Amino acid sequence: MLITEHELLKDEIREWCVRYGADRGALLPILQEVQHKYGHISEFAMQQIADALEIHPVEVDGVVSFYQFLHTRTHGRFVIRLCRTVSCDMAGKDRVARQLENELGISFGATTPDGRFTLEWASCLGLCDQGPALLVNETVYREVTPEKVHEIVSACRRSLSAHAPEFSQEAAS
Amino acid sequence: MSVSIRTPLTFRDVPPGVGLEAALALKRPAVIATLRAADLRGRGGAGFPTATKWNLAAAAQSKTKYVVCNADEGEPGTFKDRVILNHFPDLVLDGMLIGGYAIGARKGLIYLRGEYTYLRAPLEGILARRRQERRLGRAILGKKGFDFDIEIRMGAGAYVCGEETALIESLEGQRGEPRNRPPFPVDTGFQDQPTIVNNVETLAWVACIFAKGADWFRALGTAKSRGLKIFSVTGDCERPGIYEYPMGLTVGELMQRVGGEGAKAVQIGGAAGRCVPAALFDRTIAFEDIPTGGSIIVFGPQRDMLQVAKNFMEFFVEESCGQCTPCRAGTRKLLGGLELLENGRCSIEYLSELCRLGESISLASKCGLGQSSPKAFLSIIRHFRDELLGRPAPATS
Ligand SMILES: Cc1cc2nc3c(=O)[nH]c(=O)nc-3n(C[C@H](O)[C@H](O)[C@H](O)COP(=O)(O)O)c2cc1C
Ligand code: SF4
Repeated sequence: MLITEHELLKDEIREWCVRYGADRGALLPILQEVQHKYGHISEFAMQQIADALEIHPVEVDGVVSFYQFLHTRTHGRFVIRLCRTVSCDMAGKDRVARQLENELGISFGATTPDGRFTLEWASCLGLCDQGPALLVNETVYREVTPEKVHEIVSACRRSLSAHAPEFSQEAAS
Repeated sequence: MSVSIRTPLTFRDVPPGVGLEAALALKRPAVIATLRAADLRGRGGAGFPTATKWNLAAAAQSKTKYVVCNADEGEPGTFKDRVILNHFPDLVLDGMLIGGYAIGARKGLIYLRGEYTYLRAPLEGILARRRQERRLGRAILGKKGFDFDIEIRMGAGAYVCGEETALIESLEGQRGEPRNRPPFPVDTGFQDQPTIVNNVETLAWVACIFAKGADWFRALGTAKSRGLKIFSVTGDCERPGIYEYPMGLTVGELMQRVGGEGAKAVQIGGAAGRCVPAALFDRTIAFEDIPTGGSIIVFGPQRDMLQVAKNFMEFFVEESCGQCTPCRAGTRKLLGGLELLENGRCSIEYLSELCRLGESISLASKCGLGQSSPKAFLSIIRHFRDELLGRPAPATS
């Protein structure tokens, strides 16, 4: 990774410390910023945050590992989270799951080799009357059918070719 | 955002600000007295009397206090807090301000679950608008000495963070692991300061109570569960969606209204709740009978109750924070038992042993997650034994 990218991340962490306050209570908001911008939280990022908040990096790692939405490893540009809890289960999430695996060629918990998609299970998304439901990053899809899976995945692919990716896979590694 | 709201909602009839103005016209102790007269109990599930909670925080000696809105809504089958935040955010914010005024806090925090990140920007917009209207910030509505502002904090995908002490840990930048209680948040909460944590719906009802009067609320519901409740209904019924009813209606009545007459069972209270078979549909939904934070999941005649039990148990295995053994290891053990049943390989003796284990998990777990984790399991085993035992081994593919 380029030194300039490390410097950039350091600057950003400094800015976030100003915004959220350089104390322990700011840890989660800062981690969420890093996660949002880079798709994961690298060791380097954790070290910088630990230094900025004057806590041990192991503490930062402990927090990152606790929360499902924070990741230490590279995730796809699109993280697809399918709800597996009871109402969505009854509404037919298994077939949606199968179709997601078919369209993406990976199973749950994995990331496509091109780094574009990560497929994960989610606990109840709070869309129980409109299941099966899934999130693509922060966007909600309701009443998903196997047919719609293809549309959702295609829309993601199209949006990638239309724009430059928001973050490069290496940026925070 | 498309959602099926199936009954008229009181929240629609209460314009923003009316409850807040009425409350700020009272002296602080009178605010809590009004809530006590209304006899409002928390809508997040546990049903703790709101006036008692607020009174303890008001009495605590500290310059710094906090109001926390619990918008972590992770209970399987509930989505009413999302709908309330989406359609009636000002009532929730009014409720937080009334709480701040009553206990003497200057700061509020909304803990919004990460799954609802799409609600953040609209809520930030509303906070900004309110600052201009002097419904947030310094001297709220011109009332000297009452300053209050609200910040939104995001969760990051952990059901247990809805438990109030885990929520506070999370706000403090820690792993969301529940604390031992006591001390309670009203005394030692966020940053060790007195803190009231209330559910989204509770806060919206607070605003309505001040707008419409304690007597109006008190006259609805039952003697031990006053007022109205929002239900999130899903599963095998014709009309899933959001419903508002007085507390104390029977399960059967609710099934008629949602088009779930043929149901063989209803899960009341989400994964942490219990499964009620059709034979008990004359029971009432109320704190003194069958409590719920609002989650109602209907199971039609064709549902395999073993799969239902398994889905709930998988949820707890996934969401246990792992701090204490009965919950961490016990939920896995119960799930293992359900897998044995699925394969037709569970003896009745072992099943009884698992039920005893379930009771121990309830007793020995540190927080409500572990304590309630065996409830669905136990009630499904009790009421649907015939359906579960002696299954043929599944064909190996
Ligand atoms: C595992 C667990 C999860 C919980 N999740 C929520 C939640 O998502 N929202 C909520 O309001 N209360 C939740 N609670 C209850 C809170 O601990 C607390 O009782 C509630 O926020 C108090 O507010 P109320 O008195 O207004 O209901 C949860 C409790 C447990 C044990
Ligand atoms: S009961 Fe479960 S969730 Fe609660 S503290 Fe213990 S391990 Fe954590």
